[in-house]
Amino acid sequence: MASLLGVLFDGLAYGMLLFLMSVGLSVTLGLMNFVNLAHGAFAMLGGYVCVVLMQRWGVPFLGALLLAFFASAVAGVVLERLLYRHFYRRSHLDQVLLTIGLVFVAIAIATWLFGSQQQPLRLPPILSGQWTLVGVDLNVYRCFLLAVGAVLAFALTVVLERTRFGAAVRASVDDARVAEALGIRVSLVFQLTFAVGCGLAGLGGALGIEVLGLDPTFPLKYIVYFLLVVAVGGTGSLKGPLLAALLLGVADVAGKYYLPQVGAFILYAIMVLLLIARPQGLVARA
Amino acid sequence: MRSTFRWLEVAFWLVLVAGYVLWPGKLPLASQVLIAGLFALSYDLVLGYAGILSLGHAAYFGVGAYTAGLLAAHGWGEPISGLMVAGLVAALVGFVTSPLVVRGTDLTRLMITTGLGLLLFELANRLGTITGGVDGLQGVEMQPLLGALRFDIYGRTAYGYVLVVVFVLFLAARRLVRSPYGLSLRGIRANPGRMRAIGCRVDLHLAAIYTFAAAYAGVAGALLTQTTQFVGLDVLSFGRSAELLVMLIVGGAGLLYGGFIGAAVFMIAHHVLSSLDPVYWQFWLGVCLIAIVLVGRDGILGAGRRLLTLRRRRPVTVTAS
Repeated sequence: MASLLGVLFDGLAYGMLLFLMSVGLSVTLGLMNFVNLAHGAFAMLGGYVCVVLMQRWGVPFLGALLLAFFASAVAGVVLERLLYRHFYRRSHLDQVLLTIGLVFVAIAIATWLFGSQQQPLRLPPILSGQWTLVGVDLNVYRCFLLAVGAVLAFALTVVLERTRFGAAVRASVDDARVAEALGIRVSLVFQLTFAVGCGLAGLGGALGIEVLGLDPTFPLKYIVYFLLVVAVGGTGSLKGPLLAALLLGVADVAGKYYLPQVGAFILYAIMVLLLIARPQGLVARA
Repeated sequence: MRSTFRWLEVAFWLVLVAGYVLWPGKLPLASQVLIAGLFALSYDLVLGYAGILSLGHAAYFGVGAYTAGLLAAHGWGEPISGLMVAGLVAALVGFVTSPLVVRGTDLTRLMITTGLGLLLFELANRLGTITGGVDGLQGVEMQPLLGALRFDIYGRTAYGYVLVVVFVLFLAARRLVRSPYGLSLRGIRANPGRMRAIGCRVDLHLAAIYTFAAAYAGVAGALLTQTTQFVGLDVLSFGRSAELLVMLIVGGAGLLYGGFIGAAVFMIAHHVLSSLDPVYWQFWLGVCLIAIVLVGRDGILGAGRRLLTLRRRRPVTVTAS
């Protein structure tokens, strides 16, 4: 019983991380129909920014997280202006090629700057250690992850569903041409959402060092998980990716805990089956 | 124009035959390039002609490689029949998976093929008792080709064997894409809706070419196994599928020869650059990809074709879109 709860807890924390890292991708795919395989590179950038700030300049963890968010967001906007925007009308194949190219370059640069080893991260003492609650050991850092994820998911939902900007985003996802005709500046909406999406990926990358590790192959290793979240969760909403990410997190942790000899096999099988059964995602938009 | 290309084609294969004299010390590398070229040809049929975006084509390459490897490791070391069995098994896997791949949009296809590729990789990884897992499949021993020609250490037999197999399969593919069926595939790539409207059974045609291409990929994988007498887990890796895409795009998709040119450029560049520094190689690979999509995607062959056209100032129907 205790182990079951522990697995559930770890899985949810892991799922929250996946949600933060992939929510941007789901918007990119939903809004601009743009296949961005380089999304993981922004998460990796956030991770390295966090590590460098903390180790070389002694920035406190929370400050480093914030800066990781902004660094990835800025990098996202710069790349969007320089490269991505030329490819919105191009074929999916072109988009795949461009972003795979970016992934290779990002991996090479990260290896050149930091070497291929895992980056260590020293958590502040408040966030390390265990709490024991009704016989279940709760890792403090994973509680922190769950809290951050929940707060951000809530904030994103409020922005998307209660603000004028959120309405513009939803309108653009539904039908970019009609939204444009109604006077919404779709390209500006997209730039902002893209920046926030990349920023969140960076934040996720920084938060995830403790759980997922950080090395130059990060963008390739986790791109499948991001695509999985988007594929299963559907594009353009928040509920879908959140549900999918939590499900995925729990399934992955449970699979590794209870059936280590099968490993990732179950996960990929579930993905293929789900895609066959529901090509539009778990929570399809009406 | 047409006759120029015909002469170029003849010259292309003659140069490969002359490889025995031209690069006698590099025959093993040349065999690898030819095998990669055959694999890229198979991918060209799927992507360049039928327009199916896949990132899991290594699945069929790996199935072929493991089939040939397992046969040889369990005593069936006769190469040609092993090659055929490997091709058939890969075709069977391709046929079974084709309904999943054919339906859906680019994005679903991309994810399903990626998922299938990862699935097979994990399967081979987990079935370590059969496949050897991460250590690779040991004990692959080939019998002499046609009962007479031994696979020698300089790769002379292997190169000839690979060259003949690749040439025969190439002729078949060339015939195929120039047939009415090949034209219908191009029609589907250009506009599936309209093809359906004029009575073409789109899904069936796509499934057929996917199965056919899977067989080619399987043969390519089997050739790699038979000439290196080893199967590593990397035959199924995602990296192999991604590199395949790069090779085809560098060479030029939808032109049959693009895969061979791309494979040669890619593998020689890899050979040279990664001996300097592996990081260096990856960086330039990425930069090249970005440059290719920015400049125009028809690759080296496409660029060569444009040059020829410019010089002659004659309109040519360019098949790659």
